[in-house]
Amino acid sequence: MDDTICAISTASQVAGIAIIRVSGKDAKKIVNKIFKGKNLEKVKSHTINYGFIVSNGEKVDEVLVTVMSSPKTFTKEDVVEINTHGGFTTTNKVLELLLLNGCRLAEPGEFTKRAFLNGRIDLVEAQSINDLIESKTENQRKLAMNNLTGKMSAKIQHLMDYILEIRANIEVNIDYPEYEDELVITHEILSDRLNIIKKEINNILKESKTGKLIKNGLNIALIGKPNTGKSSLLNKLIEEDKAIVTNIPGTTRDIIESSFLLNGYLVNLIDTAGIRKTDNLIEKMGIDKSLEQIENADLVLLILDGSKKLSQEDKDLLKKVKKYNYLIFINKSDLNLKIETEYLKNYDYVIGNTLNNELEELKNKIISKFSLDLINEKELVFITNTEHHALLKDTLNTIDSIFKNIKKNVPIDMLTIDLGKCYENLGKIIGKTYEEDLINEIFKNFCLGK
Amino acid sequence: MQEVDVIVVGGGHAGCEASYATSKMGFKTLLITLNKNNIADMPCNPSIGGTAKGIVVREIDALGGIMGKVADASLFQIKMLNNAKGPAVRSLRAQADKVIYPKNMLKKLSENKNLKIIENSVKNLLVKNNKIEGIILENDEIIKSKIVILTTGTYLNSEILIGDTKKSEGPHGEKNEKFLSKNLEKLGFKIQRLKTGTPPRIKNDSINFDVLKKENGDDLYYTFSFDDEPQYKKEEQRCCYLLYTNQKTHKIVLDNLDKSSMYGGYVTGVGPRYCPSIEDKLVRFKNKERHQLFLEPESNYYDEWYLQGFSTSMPTNIQEQMVHSLEGLEKAVITKYAYAIEYDAIDPLQLKNSLETKLIENLYTAGQINGTSGYEEAASQGLIAGINAALKLQNKEPLILKRNEAYIGVLIDDLVTKGTKEPYRLLTSRAEFRLLLRHDNADIRLRKYGYEVGLINEKQYKNLQDKLETLKKVINYMDERYLNQEELLKLGIKNNNSYNLSKVLKRPEIRMEDIKDLIPLKISEDLKNQIEVLIKYEGYIKKEEKNVEKLINLENKKIPKNIDYRKITNLATEAVEKLEKIRPTTIAQASRISGVNPSDISMLLIYLKKEYKNE
Repeated sequence: MDDTICAISTASQVAGIAIIRVSGKDAKKIVNKIFKGKNLEKVKSHTINYGFIVSNGEKVDEVLVTVMSSPKTFTKEDVVEINTHGGFTTTNKVLELLLLNGCRLAEPGEFTKRAFLNGRIDLVEAQSINDLIESKTENQRKLAMNNLTGKMSAKIQHLMDYILEIRANIEVNIDYPEYEDELVITHEILSDRLNIIKKEINNILKESKTGKLIKNGLNIALIGKPNTGKSSLLNKLIEEDKAIVTNIPGTTRDIIESSFLLNGYLVNLIDTAGIRKTDNLIEKMGIDKSLEQIENADLVLLILDGSKKLSQEDKDLLKKVKKYNYLIFINKSDLNLKIETEYLKNYDYVIGNTLNNELEELKNKIISKFSLDLINEKELVFITNTEHHALLKDTLNTIDSIFKNIKKNVPIDMLTIDLGKCYENLGKIIGKTYEEDLINEIFKNFCLGK
Repeated sequence: MQEVDVIVVGGGHAGCEASYATSKMGFKTLLITLNKNNIADMPCNPSIGGTAKGIVVREIDALGGIMGKVADASLFQIKMLNNAKGPAVRSLRAQADKVIYPKNMLKKLSENKNLKIIENSVKNLLVKNNKIEGIILENDEIIKSKIVILTTGTYLNSEILIGDTKKSEGPHGEKNEKFLSKNLEKLGFKIQRLKTGTPPRIKNDSINFDVLKKENGDDLYYTFSFDDEPQYKKEEQRCCYLLYTNQKTHKIVLDNLDKSSMYGGYVTGVGPRYCPSIEDKLVRFKNKERHQLFLEPESNYYDEWYLQGFSTSMPTNIQEQMVHSLEGLEKAVITKYAYAIEYDAIDPLQLKNSLETKLIENLYTAGQINGTSGYEEAASQGLIAGINAALKLQNKEPLILKRNEAYIGVLIDDLVTKGTKEPYRLLTSRAEFRLLLRHDNADIRLRKYGYEVGLINEKQYKNLQDKLETLKKVINYMDERYLNQEELLKLGIKNNNSYNLSKVLKRPEIRMEDIKDLIPLKISEDLKNQIEVLIKYEGYIKKEEKNVEKLINLENKKIPKNIDYRKITNLATEAVEKLEKIRPTTIAQASRISGVNPSDISMLLIYLKKEYKNE
């Protein structure tokens, strides 16, 4: 119970406002590290403080932070609550920052458990905790299976084996220094091997679809001629007026990014400035930016106006999207379909209507395209993955610090402490801890002794 | 009928420390050994220390034990291992004279008026209401005592195996203890059969040393003990020799595999993985072209060499062929053949952290009977058992060293929490906080305990206080002393920033040696090393200390002795079984048991809170 724990404590993550609760002896210290505003370690207890959550000097979100000192709190520990405003993406970014700065993700029921163990609530109040803890393991098991596909889990296991091998070799060098025939792991050899590990972790981060979705969301770039209904599609999807919708061609000049949840997954919509020839400087800048967005998107969604025949410009765009992972949305609005579907027969398209909210086909298509339907426990999947991300990132940071220390000529024995941490981190991701591993590995692979 | 306070059964390394501690702490102690000449015998390698083990010897000395002092007086070669691999894993290893070491030990023990040594064999324990009352000798004579410490080594029901022959005897053909383990079993102890082995000894003048590679001791002076001055001349150290097996050796071994006790099916005990016989090595590591061997001198008083790495249970004629296949040993004369030895040990899960048995009050066990291997492992347990037995007689709490305090703590905690299926050897890799468990700071870690129990005297303690004082002064000075440009340039640092000495020492290329003249305080070699470690690796040390903090919190959460694990709802069945068997005393210990999961620990914590809210 000496860890500081955190979790998103508001039920729905779709709401614009979310509360992240942090509890434990380092609660104030950790939040203060990522907070720009008053010094939270010095403010009075039970106060609300305005400021920003920052990461590497950049503002992540504008927040209100409630600071409550022990013992008059729910858990009887220091509690800090962060009210975020930026919606789903930013809330999770804040959570990730907390995890990176020393918090641990709370287990289900853990705040209540602490409240009970610290004598804040009695047993009747805490009766449900047992069930929660009991259900945790089952959930975790499911999660581990859902959220890390076998392939990724195997990759992490493989990495762990590799690290274990290096560690065992170092241990053998240390415990059996007189054995000159065994390979001695030097700083150079260690660096080479760490580079391999680093590359592999970066690959895992890159390849892991779920991981990527969770970190950045699924990025969909909307393109189409001006006035085909891009902005209204966007608004329907996010169900709020963020982009300005007009029928004057070229009003969507900046890149607008909005997010919504699709089957529990974050989808970022990037409404590109209408792509057309223009002399207007501001509009041109917007267009250049759009092209860049298209390059980086996971999916390019081309919107065609179903009430009109295909123009030359539409046909140019159709040619263009073929280069990308794309989908065509034919917006038929309330009018008859005039578009030449015959021309589109070799394209992947769906038909819908933004005015009548006929978007199911589009949503289902996106879900199946990215297999978003394969994972059930949405919320939990998301959270554990955030933690996994933090663990992988922390592993990368640890490796970097080993590199730094190798440069400083820190003896290999010290570096094993960091290597051990890497191993432990990866073990947490796939839910395995092994104590005897190292000793077993030493005697399995090395021939030593009298 | 005789009556004493403490009876120690067995005069090996564990028994010596145990009887020294209880007698020094004021209790009338009787050490019963089968052969007085074999006190502190070294039946295997002629060396004390080694990785992790060398640090254990320092810890024994810090606590007030005697192994370090006896080793200092008996060694003829010494080395600091792992000098380049990092400060946490540095460790002393000495070649000790097999004749001199036991002599010095006997002398040390004899200085003690409270200690009496007799030759006899113990066949049973005198137990009433699960409490020890004394022992029964071979001739049915009874000796009463308040405490019994069993340190029987490999002598319990031991059998010596060479090829297909099997003899019921102890090392060197000594008499063994035939009845005790049967009687321990009757008292409820789970007996397990373990195996170890020793390589052949070679006659000095039959070895062609010219073709072998010399391995010298360090050209420096060291002592195991914090109180000793070096008692050897570094230029007079004896050397060891390195040699290798070859294809011819391998062929002989593999062709005759079924003739060895091990592969012929004559061995029932479990041997240690870290101490494989040469036949094991060849079977398990088929692709290795050669295996390293060492020749180590056994004594200045007889001309035998110990052939380290060549332990075997082959018949003697095959051993001859094997030895003669080695370069330099073509004409070697084997003075003692290698053998495997099987012996009985108890399951250490039946012990408390104090090394008192859970079954019988005031009965303690230490050393190989607990499933360990090694002189140092045995001695350290003997010392702890002795200290705790004496503390028990004084109605005081036992001395239990934590995993972050000593290798001895790691050793005992591993034994009583995880048990062992093979002879247990300490390795630095077994210690999760090895950066804190260093050779250089054993006195700072442990001397206070030795002082509290009365094994460390005022003067020794004062020396430690002085050392700590100097340490503090030097570190303060180094923080406050800033260097000018000229001084920095002299050290090769081109920088316009101001640097204090601590910051300078943090640079990888700077050693304490380079800046010692800038510090106007007298600093011993020992302290120099220590300061260097503390400053250079401050970051890592802090990291470890933070982890220790977490452990301590869990260690402080005690589990009541009478807890009924079956009453805890939602505890996994496996966890209940393991917890009932091991009966951990703290939450930390419980969490180290394999098969007890974090969710079980949560349930346990909640239960404790509920049931014992007033404690």
